[in-house]
Formats: sequence, C-alpha cells, structure tokens
Amino acid sequence: MSDKAKDEAVAIPAQSDGTTLTKDPAAGDVLLKVTGLQKHFPIKKGLLQRQVGAVHAVDGLDFEVRAGETLGVVGESGCGKSTMGRLITRLLEPTGGKIEFEGTDITHLGVGGMRPLRRDVQMIFQDPYSSLNPRHTIGTIIGAPFKLQGVEPEGGIKKEVQRLLSVVGLNPEHYNRYPHEFSGGQRQRIGIARALALNPKLVVADEPVSALDVSIQAQVVNLLDDLQQELGLTYVIIAHDLSVVRHVSDRIAVMYLGKIVELADRDLLYKTPMHPYTKALMSAVPIPDPARKSAKSERILLKGDVPSPISPPSGCRFHTRCWKATEICKTKEPPLLELRPGQQVACHHPENFEDQAPQDTVLLSDAKEAAELVSEEALAESAATSAALAAEVEAASGAGDAESGDAESRDAEAGDAEAGDAEADGSAESESAKEEAAASESAESESAESESAESEPAESEPAASEPVASEPAASESTESEPPAKEK
Amino acid sequence: MTELSKSGAAVGEPTVASPAPSAFLEVRDLKVHFPTDDGLVKSVDGLTFQLEKGKTLGIVGESGSGKSVTSLGIMGLHTAGQYGKRKARISGEIWLDGTELLSADPDHVRKLRGRQMAMIFQDPLSALHPYYTIGQQIVEAYRIHHDVDKKTAKRRAVEMLDRVGIPQPDKRVDNYPHEFSGGMRQRAMIAMSLVNNPELLIADEPTTALDVTVQAQILDLIRDLQKEFGSAVIIITHDLGVVAELADDLLVMYGGRCVERGPAEKVFYEPRHPYTWGLLGSMPRLDRDQQERLIPVKGSPPSLINVPSGCAFNPRCPYADVPKDNVTRTVRPELTEVGSKHWAACHMSQEQRERIWTEEIAPKL
Amino acid sequence: MLAYLIRRLFAAAVMLVVIIMVVFGIFFLVPKWAGVDIASSFVGKQADPAAVEAVRQKLGLSDPIYSQVWEFFKGIFTGRTYSGGGDVTHCSAPCFGYSFRSEQAIWPVLTDRFPVTLALALGAALLWLLFGLAAGVLSALKRGSFWDRGAMVVALAGVSLPVYFTGMIALAVFAFGLDWLDAQYVPLADSFTGWLGGLILPWITLAFLYAAMYARITRATMLEILGEDYIRTARAKGLREPVVIRKHAMRSTLTPILTMLGMDLGALIGGAILTESTFNLPGLGQAVLNAIKTQDLPVILGVTLITSLAVLIANLVVDVLYAVIDPRVRLA
Repeated sequence: MSDKAKDEAVAIPAQSDGTTLTKDPAAGDVLLKVTGLQKHFPIKKGLLQRQVGAVHAVDGLDFEVRAGETLGVVGESGCGKSTMGRLITRLLEPTGGKIEFEGTDITHLGVGGMRPLRRDVQMIFQDPYSSLNPRHTIGTIIGAPFKLQGVEPEGGIKKEVQRLLSVVGLNPEHYNRYPHEFSGGQRQRIGIARALALNPKLVVADEPVSALDVSIQAQVVNLLDDLQQELGLTYVIIAHDLSVVRHVSDRIAVMYLGKIVELADRDLLYKTPMHPYTKALMSAVPIPDPARKSAKSERILLKGDVPSPISPPSGCRFHTRCWKATEICKTKEPPLLELRPGQQVACHHPENFEDQAPQDTVLLSDAKEAAELVSEEALAESAATSAALAAEVEAASGAGDAESGDAESRDAEAGDAEAGDAEADGSAESESAKEEAAASESAESESAESESAESEPAESEPAASEPVASEPAASESTESEPPAKEK
Repeated sequence: MTELSKSGAAVGEPTVASPAPSAFLEVRDLKVHFPTDDGLVKSVDGLTFQLEKGKTLGIVGESGSGKSVTSLGIMGLHTAGQYGKRKARISGEIWLDGTELLSADPDHVRKLRGRQMAMIFQDPLSALHPYYTIGQQIVEAYRIHHDVDKKTAKRRAVEMLDRVGIPQPDKRVDNYPHEFSGGMRQRAMIAMSLVNNPELLIADEPTTALDVTVQAQILDLIRDLQKEFGSAVIIITHDLGVVAELADDLLVMYGGRCVERGPAEKVFYEPRHPYTWGLLGSMPRLDRDQQERLIPVKGSPPSLINVPSGCAFNPRCPYADVPKDNVTRTVRPELTEVGSKHWAACHMSQEQRERIWTEEIAPKL
Repeated sequence: MLAYLIRRLFAAAVMLVVIIMVVFGIFFLVPKWAGVDIASSFVGKQADPAAVEAVRQKLGLSDPIYSQVWEFFKGIFTGRTYSGGGDVTHCSAPCFGYSFRSEQAIWPVLTDRFPVTLALALGAALLWLLFGLAAGVLSALKRGSFWDRGAMVVALAGVSLPVYFTGMIALAVFAFGLDWLDAQYVPLADSFTGWLGGLILPWITLAFLYAAMYARITRATMLEILGEDYIRTARAKGLREPVVIRKHAMRSTLTPILTMLGMDLGALIGGAILTESTFNLPGLGQAVLNAIKTQDLPVILGVTLITSLAVLIANLVVDVLYAVIDPRVRLA
C-alpha cells in the first residue's frame, strides 16, 4: 500500500522547496490504520498501589484515515477522544490494538523509533496559552522541530520560520517576540506554524478552536482549510462542537464512552444519522435561529450523565440512556458495521435504517423512561424514517429475503401507528425520488416551518438531503419575509 | 490616587435623581471603569437597556466585551468586598423595581442580592465552596433572607434540588460538590440561586463548561423555571445558539459598548451592525447546508485601555471605508433606532446597511 | 474516615520502624566503617585494652549488625540487660541505652527535657498562630494600606532576623535593662508564675520569627482565596462581608497554614537549638547540642528518634485535621 503510495506521489507546489524529504502518499490512500485500539488507565489504591480497576478511556477503536482527508472526531467529555488523539500521535502507549502509519506498525515504537515519525505526525493543542513556552521567542518555538530533527532547511532556520509565519498569516517580523505579546488566535496560529514546520503528513488537532472567541474561531478554521488545500495535509480534528466538526471534516467519527458508535461521511452523518446517540447529540446543539425556539419538540433530551468509564455499561454502552434500548442492547455489544456505503454504525436498532435486531421488541425500563424525554415528533420521525429506509433498502436489493421483508412490514406498522400514513409515505417517496422533489419541497417547507411544527418531521428529511443549489432559495425565502412585514 | 482611595464606588458625576422608570430593570448609561497601572480599563462604557419581568434578555459578546462586568455591576459585586485594591469606578443608574442600586445603601443592596436578584455562574465547580455540602450552601442562601431554623431550610433545599431534577434529593443534599457531575452541579447552583424566588436571575455563561447534551438539559430547565417563577432573566453568553433558544431580546456588546439591541428575531434576521454580521458569519451552523467558507471578522478584539475614539469596531470593520455622509470618524456612533424597538450604533446610513445586509451578507450565510 | 485514620496510623508505625533501623544503622555502623572504635570512645582515650574489651562485650558491639539492631529495638519496648565485664546493669522498659559521658540512662534525660521543649514549641505556636493569622488576614483585607505595608515590613524583619539576635535584644531590654522578668527557667512543678516568666521571652522571640512567616503566607493565601469564584458566589447570596470572610474564606485559607504548622511544630519539638541556647533552657535542643560537642552517640540517637516521632505524630494530626477541613481528602 505504501509503496504504491510513494510511486504515485505528486509534488505539491508549496512543498517543493527542497525540504521535502519523503514523498507524499496520493490522496485517498490509507495513511493511518487503527485496529482494536485500547487504552486503559489503571486505578491504584492503598499502600501497595494495587490496581483496583481501570479507566477504559479508549476501548477498541477501528478506523482509517485516508491521505488528504479530514477525519472529525466528536463526543462529549470523557468519551476518550483526546486520549485517542494522544494514542495515534503516540504521546501515549496503547494498552492494546494496533496503529499503522503508512503500513508501518507504530503501536509500540519507543521514543527513538518514533523520532523519524514525529516529522510526519504533528499535533495542535487546545490551549494556545499553556502549550507555548513563555520564555522562548516564537522564532525558537517554531524553529525547535528543525533542531530536534536535525533538519537544516534551505536558506536557514530563520528564513524558514519566517516563511511559516507568513503562511499562517502572522507578520514574519515578529520572529523575536514572546508568546504573551500575541492574542489567543495568534497564538493558535503559532501552534499551527510549529506543527507545520517539518511538512507533516498527518496533523492531529485536539480542540484547535474551542478556546477561541467566535470571530477568531472562524479565522483559524479557514486557515486550517487553506493549509489543507495548499499543502495536501491530512487532518484528524478532535472537537466537541458539532457545527465546527461538520464544517471542517470529510468523515466524522462519533465517540461514546471509549468506542466509536458511528463513523460516516459528513453529509450522511448529518442528514441521516443512524446511531440514536448521534441523533441526540445533534438535536441538542442549540440552533442560532429564534424561530426554532417554539419548535422545542425537535429536541431529544438525554437522561442524566455519561456513565463512568471505570465500569462502562454492558452490551451497547449507550443502552442506559437510549430510548430504543431492548434486551439485546443490554447483553450484546453491537459491532461497528458498514450498513450503507460510507456509513458505519454500531447499533442494534439504528435510526434511518432497517432494524438490525427486529425480533427484539420489548423496551428496557430505562428506555421507557428515556423515551419520555424524546418528543412525540422525534419518535414518530424515527419510526417513519426507519420504515422508509427499510423500504428503500429492500427496493434496492431487488426481491429481498424473507427476513428483511418482515422487518420492513414491522417497521411500516410502527410508522403507521405513530406517525400516520402520510408522513411515512411522504418521506419514503422523497427518499427514493429525492433529486427532483428536494429543491421545491424544501423551499416550501422551510417557510412553512415556523407556522406548523407538525410538518417538521416530514420536512427535515428532504431538506437535509437536497443538493446545494436549493439552499439560497430556502434561505432567501426566510430572509425575504421579515422586510415584507416591516413595510 | 487620593481620590481613588477615598471613594471608590461611584466616582463621576453625582447621580442626578431621575424619575424611576416603569420597566422592572432599567440600566441607564452604565459605566464600569477599572484603574490599572497601564491606564483606565473601560470595561463597560455607557450601556442602557430595559428588561421586563417574565422576559429574557440575552447579552452576547466576545471575551472582554464587558458582558460579565455588566452582570457583576448589576449585582453590586464590583464594590462588595473589594479590599484595598484600586476600586472599580461605576457610574450611571441601575433601577431594579423602582430602586436605584448605585446610589442606594450598600447594605440594602446586599439584602437584595440573593433574594430579589440572583446569579448563576459559568463554572459550577469553582463557584461552589468545596468544603461545604450542597445542602449547607443552599441552606445558607435561604437563611440569609428567611428567618427559619435549619431543619425548615433543609427541607426547602431538598425541595429545590428535587425541582431542578436531581435524583434522590434527600440523599444528594448531603453530598459535597465534588461528588456531583458537572451537569448536576449546575443544577444545584440553579437550585441555590432560585431558593429565594428571585425576580431577576442573571445567568453568566451557564452552559459554557458543560457538554452539549447536558447544556440542552440545563437550557430546558432554565426555560421551564422562568415560566414557573415568572422572573426576568439575563443570559450572558458568547454562543448565539444559546441566546436564540432563550432570549426575547438581544444585546450585542463590543468593546464595552452596545452595538446592537432589539428583539431576538430582528437581530437575527435583520441585523444592522457589521459586528453582528461578523458574528453570524463566523459561526458554522448545523441548521443550514454546508457553507463553503466561514466569513470571519478580521483582526482581534480591541484593548479596552485605548479604545479608539470613534467606533470601537472601526479597525476590524470590513465597511470602514464605505463613504458616509456628514460623519467624522473620530465621533462615537450613537445607538439609533433602525426598526421598532431595534437599535444599532453604526455610522453607515440605514439604507446602506440594509442594502449590504440583503445583497452581500445574507445570501452568504 | 475511620479507615482513613487506620491507614494513616499504620503508615506512621511502619515509618517509625524504618526510621529506628536507619538511624541506628547510621550512628553505630558509620563510625565502624570510618575506623572509629565506639568502645574505646566510650571508655576514654587512655583506657587499657581490657576495659575496652569489657565495654565491647557489654554493649554487644562485636555482635552481628542485625542482632545489634534487634537488641536495640527490643530494648525500647522490653528493656535491656547489659552484662559483661563482671557487672550486670538493667535498663528498664523504654531503653535507649546509656550516655557515653554521664553514664546515665538516656530515657530519663529525654523525659526530663522533653516537657521544656514541648512547652516552648506549643506556647510559641499558639502565639504565632494568633498574631500571624490576624496580621495576615488584616493585611489581605486592607491590601495596599498603611497597615498592610507596615505589617509586611515588620514581617520581613521577623523572617530575616535570626533568633539569637532578637533573643539577645529581648533579654537585654526586658530581663537585664528593665528587669521585668527573670531570665531563668523554673520547672512548672516548682512555680507556675516562675515557669511562665521564664518562658515568656523565648516564646515571644520564637513566635516573632514564625508569626512573620505565617503572616506572609496567610496574606498571600487569603488574597488568592478572595479571588475564588465561590467567594463571589457567597457574596452573590447576600452574605454579610464578615461572614464571607469568616465562614468561606478563612476555612480555605487554613489548609496550607495547617500543613506548615505540622512540619514546623515537629521540627521545633526536635529541639529549638538556637532559642534554647540563647535563653539557657534545659530542653532537648540543648541536650543534643552538648551531645554533638562531646560525640555522645546514644544521646544523639535518642533525641533523633524522639524528633522523628514528634514529626510523625504532628503530621498525623495535621492529616486528620486536613480531612476534617477538606472533604475531598477523605476520598483519597
């Protein structure tokens, strides 16, 4: 794989300044492959420091990062996303599993063994205040990687550092200044310049913008975007902010309690999330649109807090807070399966898809309590979309086997009972014929949205999956309304 | 220097007793300045707004815009317990239910704190005393303003914990803050601030330290409690999503001043200040289709020591060079009414701004 | 809480055994390696070899190391009988051996002198806590004021002036110049007022040094605590400022002070050598000073063990108090 990658490598203009030492893999090849990655932090107690348990920070991750893409990793605090970042950059030693970088196993490489790799894998940290040594000038900070790696860039370190400063949008004359002379956003740029110094292939950014003000966040997000375009970088961006992650990522992994519950292409994930947790997470993000204030019903409120990673729940780790959880969720851990091209999910009863365990229908008592927090509309929608998708899947696979046929009819029944015929039909129809219907329908339903919350479940499907072209139409229809009222 | 140490609280023009306003809370020309070695930091520099009972005002701004300083000013916490060090200079008027707080007796204001006006802070872990149980802290808050024995107060504490959704409140009441999760702590904090049924609740970044699913729970709780108690709420945040969820009115602050104020719908759908446009443009949104690029505000937030004499946003404003009629750039733009109950402070004419918004900004969002 | 206490006690006991072994090892084995014969140093310089040999027999110095340690260790708890060279000496229960110089048993010497040192340390601690905390809190609350600056100048003087200097001045002024006090230590059993009069100057002198340190630490901690969010919360509840200080700020300020107090008291009980010498107090410090001068190894050993014990106990008390003050510690 990596040989092939090297053969196909093309020199990218911005990098062909003579400092490039290794060839870059072609876009789309697997750069980083992680299998069964685990990290358990032991908990020790007492005089003898006996191990009494372990924090299962990361507990079996499988994913790949392809050259040139951005993999976003989201999850709430304690889900292990930062630990994952430190594992793949090998700042931490994994407890189990395997990490391959360009086909080389780097799982247990020592400090010395990692040294050549440090050039290819770099990290950007969250806090631009504590991650820069206050006693060093930024010239020293950004130049440090060259000295550590013994690389002498063409034209000398100083010239190269100044070039990097201008690449990240800072004044090259500020070479001799100290970190405290810069604002938060500028410091984050310094951190990025340092990470870029050695022309890395993979940049792992842990919450790169969460410490910054909104207006500055956008600057840094755009900068990361530009650098990827220019330098062909591959990013793993870890963040808790779903809107930022959506903006920067090509593919997104959603983590919950040390596991990936869903890993999908960005658009698939945001338009048709399959894991209930993903759905709940996205519905919890406050939308900056006052018109939605009344449409509170869309929101899925999860019950309580994330359970402790010291003793994670059995089976599916989300079952204690899931409104769809059944017996199988408690006993059997769902595998991460590619249910649809480009969308892997670990769930027995996925949203927007055919039920994986249709025989298991009795809800757990936890789930019944959790369902109270989920609005009728959301429940109805989830039933309707599952039914619609089941139908679509069946249609796509031709004459489906008996089992999936059963599943489909059961789901369709659920749809009937909870959402009514029209809705199930409506979304099924728009799913199969989405290209034509989407543009006009979304424009209509978007403007109708504030008047009737009822139309929301049926509307959100096509609105989410329509081509980009319809967006201006939709936003203009909302924008053009208020002025009319004013006059 | 001598002037400072003598009377730190209300330096400036002697407060002229102007007529009490009809609004429940009215802030008039509030200024909070802090003398430092580097110069006078004008954290809040002339802020005016009103708030009615049962309504929610959202104050939005970046760090250093003066939004938290404003809330502490209303609570009178700039003058309480400022020992020795150079004190904040506060001027203007703060009318709460017919009483002017800045000229009132400090002990009277103290008695209002916690009873008539209460506050929720950003980080519930550091805002709760680590050495006292949740129960002890709520009981204390209740007994300051109610002459009851500890038992009654504790019953009240359990009742409040139950109301904010803490499971097994009779057991949890004896827990210490570190034994609570982040979301539970914020619930406990809310229980403590509401224990005396305050009429004004100020929430300073109440969900910034919380995860998004917990944030949704807390926002929901604040909304329900407001409905139940009918209090006036000020919610301070940098997150436009959070204010859109809760606020009836919106106040956008920049460099210690209000740049735009109005009903939330107006400010979101017809913003009339370039900074508000900037905020809306820099934010990736989940409810819209993927933007190709974000539209950031260039530059960094201003220093509050040497605020430019004209518009504070001028150095970062993409429309600073748009020709304007009869305007000197060094003059500070005043808030002018741009719609019903909607004000913005910008030198560009209203027509110019309307045109820029509808033609240049809105289509890109 | 009980489990926590038991755990701490157990740890302290283990620590004490280790200390006994290490200290014994250092004092009896190092001279051996250095070529100094303990037996001859016990007998005197011009002793005849037979007497030296007798002493060696009696003290068991030719036994293997582990049995020497064991005998010593056993002696502390069960007493010890020295036999050899014809005569038999019994040293009863807490036996720390005999002084090389005075040939007296060491334990009675320690018990004689310990109360003096304890009285000095505790009395001074009471004074310095009272004045140090008060000055520190007041300085913090009136930061930048005349009072604050004045107090901090005095504190700086207190920290930098050595005890023998301030002690001498105090003696010269109050005892000899004004003749208010008698500069002589009188045991408590003889006369309470005499005891008090003899200790007042040492207390003040010692407390001056420590009060200065405590005032500075208290001031710094208090200022930090006053900036904490929970203090702001307390004010936002409508608490009166004195209550905010007393109930919320003081309790947090005490934690680091307590840690310091534990260590300082422990160290002082081991002998406030300078203070005791300056005021001629018959405490442990003076005893150990004399012992060092005369190379009286058993006395040094005894005092060292007592000091270690005092430090251990002081730290234990501090740990327990810490857990009482800070609920977060109870979990750890």
